[in-house]
Amino acid sequence: MDFPELLAIANQERQSQKAIRIRCCVAAGCLSSNSLVVKERLEIAVTEAGLVDCVKVSGVGCMRLCCQGPLVQVDDSTQSEGVGILYKAVTPDHAPAIVSTLQSLAAPESPYLQQADLRHPFFTQQQAIVLENSGIIDPERIESYIAAEGYHALHHVLREMSSNQVINEIMRSGLRGRGGAGYPTGLKWATVAKAMSPQGEALRTANHKFVVCNADEGDPGAFMDRSILESDPHRVLEGMAIAAYAIGASQGYIYIRAEYPLAIQRLQIAIHQAQKLGLLGSRVFDSPFDFRIDLRMGAGAYVCGEETALMASIEGKRGIPSPRPPYPAERGLWGFPTLINNVETFANVPPIIRKGADWYASIGTEKSKGTKVFALAGKIRNTGLIEVPMGTTIRQIVEEMGGGVSAGGVAKAVQTGGPSGGCIPASAFDTPVDYESLTQLGSIMGSGGMIVMDQSTRMVDVAHYFMEFCRDESCGKCIPCRVGTVQLYQLLSKIREGKATPADLDLLEELCDMVKYTSLCGLGQSAPNPVLSTLRYFRNEYEALMMNSNES
Amino acid sequence: MSRVKLATVWLGGCSGCHMSFLDLDEWLFDLAAQAELVYSPFMDAKVYPEGVDVVLVEGAIANQEHLETICTVRARSRLLISFGDCAVTGNVTALRNPLGGVEAVLQRCYGGTVEAQGQIPAEPGIVPPLLDRVTPVHAVVPVDVYLPGCPPPADRIRTVLESLLQGETPRLEKSQIRFG
Amino acid sequence: MTVKTLTINDQLISAREAETILQAAQEAGIQIPTLCYLAGVSEVGACRLCLVEISGSHKLQPACVTKVAEGMVIQTNSERLQNYRRMIIEMLFAEGNHVCSVCVSNGHCELQNLAVEMGMDHVRLEYQFPHRTVDVSHDRFGIDHNRCVLCTRCVRVCDELEGVHTWDVAGRGAKSHVITDLNQPWGTSSTCTACGKCVAACPTGALFDQGSTVGEMVHDRARIEFIVNARQKRQWQL
Repeated sequence: MDFPELLAIANQERQSQKAIRIRCCVAAGCLSSNSLVVKERLEIAVTEAGLVDCVKVSGVGCMRLCCQGPLVQVDDSTQSEGVGILYKAVTPDHAPAIVSTLQSLAAPESPYLQQADLRHPFFTQQQAIVLENSGIIDPERIESYIAAEGYHALHHVLREMSSNQVINEIMRSGLRGRGGAGYPTGLKWATVAKAMSPQGEALRTANHKFVVCNADEGDPGAFMDRSILESDPHRVLEGMAIAAYAIGASQGYIYIRAEYPLAIQRLQIAIHQAQKLGLLGSRVFDSPFDFRIDLRMGAGAYVCGEETALMASIEGKRGIPSPRPPYPAERGLWGFPTLINNVETFANVPPIIRKGADWYASIGTEKSKGTKVFALAGKIRNTGLIEVPMGTTIRQIVEEMGGGVSAGGVAKAVQTGGPSGGCIPASAFDTPVDYESLTQLGSIMGSGGMIVMDQSTRMVDVAHYFMEFCRDESCGKCIPCRVGTVQLYQLLSKIREGKATPADLDLLEELCDMVKYTSLCGLGQSAPNPVLSTLRYFRNEYEALMMNSNES
Repeated sequence: MSRVKLATVWLGGCSGCHMSFLDLDEWLFDLAAQAELVYSPFMDAKVYPEGVDVVLVEGAIANQEHLETICTVRARSRLLISFGDCAVTGNVTALRNPLGGVEAVLQRCYGGTVEAQGQIPAEPGIVPPLLDRVTPVHAVVPVDVYLPGCPPPADRIRTVLESLLQGETPRLEKSQIRFG
Repeated sequence: MTVKTLTINDQLISAREAETILQAAQEAGIQIPTLCYLAGVSEVGACRLCLVEISGSHKLQPACVTKVAEGMVIQTNSERLQNYRRMIIEMLFAEGNHVCSVCVSNGHCELQNLAVEMGMDHVRLEYQFPHRTVDVSHDRFGIDHNRCVLCTRCVRVCDELEGVHTWDVAGRGAKSHVITDLNQPWGTSSTCTACGKCVAACPTGALFDQGSTVGEMVHDRARIEFIVNARQKRQWQL
């Protein structure tokens, strides 16, 4: 494979486009509401209407408004308007009606067909970088990705850039880890690039290194990474390959949870296709760069999203964390320096290379660059996937894009960061979303789950729910997390049932502090966060549940 | 100076702590000079009196009677001492807890382990019903001083009582708080 | 090998470069409580008892795995650390079924000693009273899971000193427990060599010699030390 060949694939793909394109979401959300049948019926309807020559039906990834699926978008290049029509809640029986609108060139007559308003802030305020191809390309065809400038960035770095230049470009872009902690990605790459492992020296393979993609997305309510992998898997592969070139690795692993069968399937297809075209494997783009990617499936432990546990699991060991340092950058998989980044982090890499660090750094806030994908869920009108520039306020997301709380309720708080995060009260909704601001509010950016709660939500219940999650997911290695989450869960149950005394509340706070500062890994260290943040903003709800101490 | 009103109570325990109390030997005379025993298994008082200054509570809370007694004791005593491991931790009395609730425990005792016709005794009003779960005293009422040991050795008991008689809050050295 | 100078509890000490804070402290006569740590096998940093405060870092670090560094200023026994340690011990007592008075290791138990050291006169947490089993299927040894604190010393000595890996951990969170082979009765294990290192390593009465009764089980730590000294330092004298 060389660049002209790549361009040829892209051209061929573009030329095979037809005047009218019907895109049907076949990512997990819409699939679960029968979108595959919708797609088949659309194809049949197109054939029956004799429109095969000018209409192409394709399956694509996520089109964001997940709560209204299945989603079908119709784009007619013969129309000048530019904005297509997005149909929501499409059933297989709608297919003929949708196709008939193509012939009449009129707005759909059928009262059963529902259109989503593409001019709604939910769509217009999004800025797609990570999701630029999502809902547009066919995730199971590499040609579709290549036509969208796919693998151009990889070719560029292999031919035009030294590994140092790549690292500097990522560094200058200001990209930070999208897994939640926000560690500067370029700095991490630079560290791994420089690291030498003692094992490596002994084995005379001093440059042996690994790239790992963390796709063990597990926060309740979070589905950004799954969507990216289901909608645009090649983007992640390309990002990993660029990283591998930058740090000098020849082997990569994607650690993905087995509960994502569709994402796994699409990754397998993507890896196979990329290998076949010589975009992965030996001598990528006929350069001296070799890079293989293998999948490793998680067996359902949340803690395996923690990097040291994740590596243990890849090595075939029990998935439990180990103390850091040593950090994976220094001693990772099998003792070799290892770069671990999240799915969304890798997905940001190709556009940064293609469009430049300056472009990327011009988006977002001073310390948080670029965009962030959020899975918007909870008591809100428009739930689904959004990608917004860093610095967008929570109010914009909830009230404008999300369309406010459903059924006329009032927003009370937003939960970010899942079981490691916290609740942001409505009074702080004008806070811009970036790493520092959210941390200051006692929550975290997290991987991108954003759950909106209204006045009917009891905050003690929220804390109780997340503590139950942490208790069930604690690996059991260190005492504070293993025992502490059980005790905290029981105390929260007691409070919820109105059987707790103020002394129990004191003990709850003491335990939170202890578990936070003494646990071994991030799971335990952040497990008290939902309690601490709800105590910080909604302490009155806890106190209102206290049993009168005289009753004891 | 009026003497300190001292009581001792025996709940779900083996009375070993009370035996250890008797091991105070001749110091019991010194104690008697400074404290008046107002309620104890050692004496014939039927009702727990009001205005007790110090009470040593042996045993865990294992049945309904213990529960009622400890509430009365707490209400009528100024300083409550958890006396021995059963009171402090549940100890041997609580060994039944992992078996499950009352039914499971009675079945295990009277049903499963004896060869003769196993029969669960039921004497309402005479045998107090067991609680589902044995708990240490401080899980039910506030406790002021913990005196662990199974049983607490006499010198440990003396240390606590001596400081109490001197009007101080007892503070046991680390070496004196060993369980078991 | 370079030597580092550091301060532990306001005391200036020197340590070899590769040493951990725990080793350096021990050599200087400063005791830091430990439970999962066992000299001679790998450190796992799981019990969190040896956490220390290092100036300039807001995170507490486990002394057993943290290497010394030049100019480090360490506090090993602040009030905050004491409170955390007491809570850790309380957690262990609340989690298992630790009844010292009827335990084979009464008087020779590291958990019991730690409770004394932390001044734990009662447990504020809710006792769990878990339903756990006892396995006495082995000819010479037994395991009482009620007394297990999941320190994984048995797992490590079996794997790293005996080279057998009969022991491992199964389950997660509060359901974690040690198992022999593929969770079979110990007596039926085809890998166990009956060397007894696990019993010698156990800090509590969880692993014991058959036939021992209350207070009789003394874990023979000298055996482990002998093997470790022999292998690592080439010292063979008992």
